[in-house]
Amino acid sequence: MQDFYCEHVLEHFKYPSNYGALDHPTVSHEEHNPLCGDRIRLDLLIENDIVKDIRFSGQGCVISQASASILTDEIKGKTVEAAKLFGKAELLEQIGIPLEKSPVRLKCALLSLKALKVCLYGVADILEEEWS
Amino acid sequence: MVATETFPIFDVLAIRRDFPILHQEVNQFLVAFLDSGASSQRPRQVIECLEDYYRRYHANVHRGVYKFSEEATFAYERARGKVARFVGATSPREIVFTRNATEAINLVAYAWGRANVKAGDRILLTIMEHHSNLVPWQMLAQQTGAHLDYLTIDGQGRLVLDDLDRLLTEQTRLVALTHQSNVLGTINPVSEIAQRAHAVGALMLVDGAQSVPHMPTQVRDLGIDFLAFSGHKMCGPTGIGALWARRDLLEAMPPFLGGGSMIKVVELEQSTYADIPARFEAGTPAIAEAIALGEAIDYLSNIGLDTIHHHEHMLLQYALEQLSQVPGLRIHGPTSAEERGAAISFSLEKVHPHDIAAFLDSQGVAVRAGHHCTQPLHRVLQVPATTRASFYLYNIPEEIDRLVAGLVKVKQLLG
Repeated sequence: MQDFYCEHVLEHFKYPSNYGALDHPTVSHEEHNPLCGDRIRLDLLIENDIVKDIRFSGQGCVISQASASILTDEIKGKTVEAAKLFGKAELLEQIGIPLEKSPVRLKCALLSLKALKVCLYGVADILEEEWS
Repeated sequence: MVATETFPIFDVLAIRRDFPILHQEVNQFLVAFLDSGASSQRPRQVIECLEDYYRRYHANVHRGVYKFSEEATFAYERARGKVARFVGATSPREIVFTRNATEAINLVAYAWGRANVKAGDRILLTIMEHHSNLVPWQMLAQQTGAHLDYLTIDGQGRLVLDDLDRLLTEQTRLVALTHQSNVLGTINPVSEIAQRAHAVGALMLVDGAQSVPHMPTQVRDLGIDFLAFSGHKMCGPTGIGALWARRDLLEAMPPFLGGGSMIKVVELEQSTYADIPARFEAGTPAIAEAIALGEAIDYLSNIGLDTIHHHEHMLLQYALEQLSQVPGLRIHGPTSAEERGAAISFSLEKVHPHDIAAFLDSQGVAVRAGHHCTQPLHRVLQVPATTRASFYLYNIPEEIDRLVAGLVKVKQLLG
């Protein structure tokens, strides 16, 4: 299995960080992948331009859920400006599985990032080219 | 475990030797290709046929008076004849080459639909339709003000035919349904529904994308009016499919796409259109692909569709038996092999279809994961996505053993 999904991805899937919802989020957004039914919702609490807290919920494959867990770990505590700079390359590096050659799985991995971008920029119709 | 030798119907290992792609390794395993429902593989005969055309006699059809063009035209029209015989058409003129089943259905929706369907009319579909036999009718309904009705399914994935009395009305112009569900595997009682449709004056279109490759299909016996199917699911190339339509219907239909080849006389303000089937084949067609589809039909016919169906049926029985022993696995669609074809979709408790498919890929087993272009059906099944294994003439029981072993393993790891 290790050569299938590396161990830390499986760990994030089985024991996700920041799973759940915030009672009073500053901003929330839910993204869907219609191809496979994956769903990721992000709740962000922003105070003084800092992402004080972040939670995710949803359902889907290992990649989509582990990616959301990894993303929330990375974003928590960052300034909004720093969070905006966190992009595809940074997330994929943290996931650590070569997904570039698998466009279908890439969408799974980037679902949480898309939700984050919508939260931070407040635009629900970000074009795919802009975030992927 | 059942060995291939106990499948004495035909020499499947000899068949496999015809398919170069099946002898490749994927992730250090010999590939087990269980996704023919999405697109089948091609035997060397079909691949060589394509190459032979391009190397030896490529030219545009129905135009030149030189040797290449005449030979290409002859081969293209001979392929039309093969398709016609394959589905039991009365004449090759009843066969229109299209890109695929989707385009064939769109052709009927545009050409026949816009001339015959008006506000208040009804079109009867089923909840198990592939998007290709659903969206074109939605578009037609939106443009004309017609209504769509849907037959639903029971817990075993069979159409609820009791609803036919209620849903087939004097306003119903067309019943459009799949012969075999690409997800549930259910084989629908096409003849019976066609009779019921005709009794209220409706026409009957059958999406044969999942049935024509796998079982003998004779349009006269089925008593239908339109049949759409794709070449790439029956050992032919991509980019070629066909529409069969009853000749009188085709004769009465206005054109679909406008352009070269589909006209008789073109003036500045108007044109007269070619006879069938050319009226529906505007522009340079997929010549090589049509000829190679004819070759694929020869290949399948030499083995025999009955034989192929029987082989698949044995694989299906074995797969149903083995899959039912996987803990937490739920098969969608009929559990009896008698009511279904060799495409099996399933859910594995707590394991997402993408993870199943990705894990099986790591073991060299190719299956499909997703909604299989049937979102309304998946809503009825109450699952966002499923995993599907589908079989064809070249599959062997050992591949099913590998599928099952992979499922047991991925369940242990992720479930």
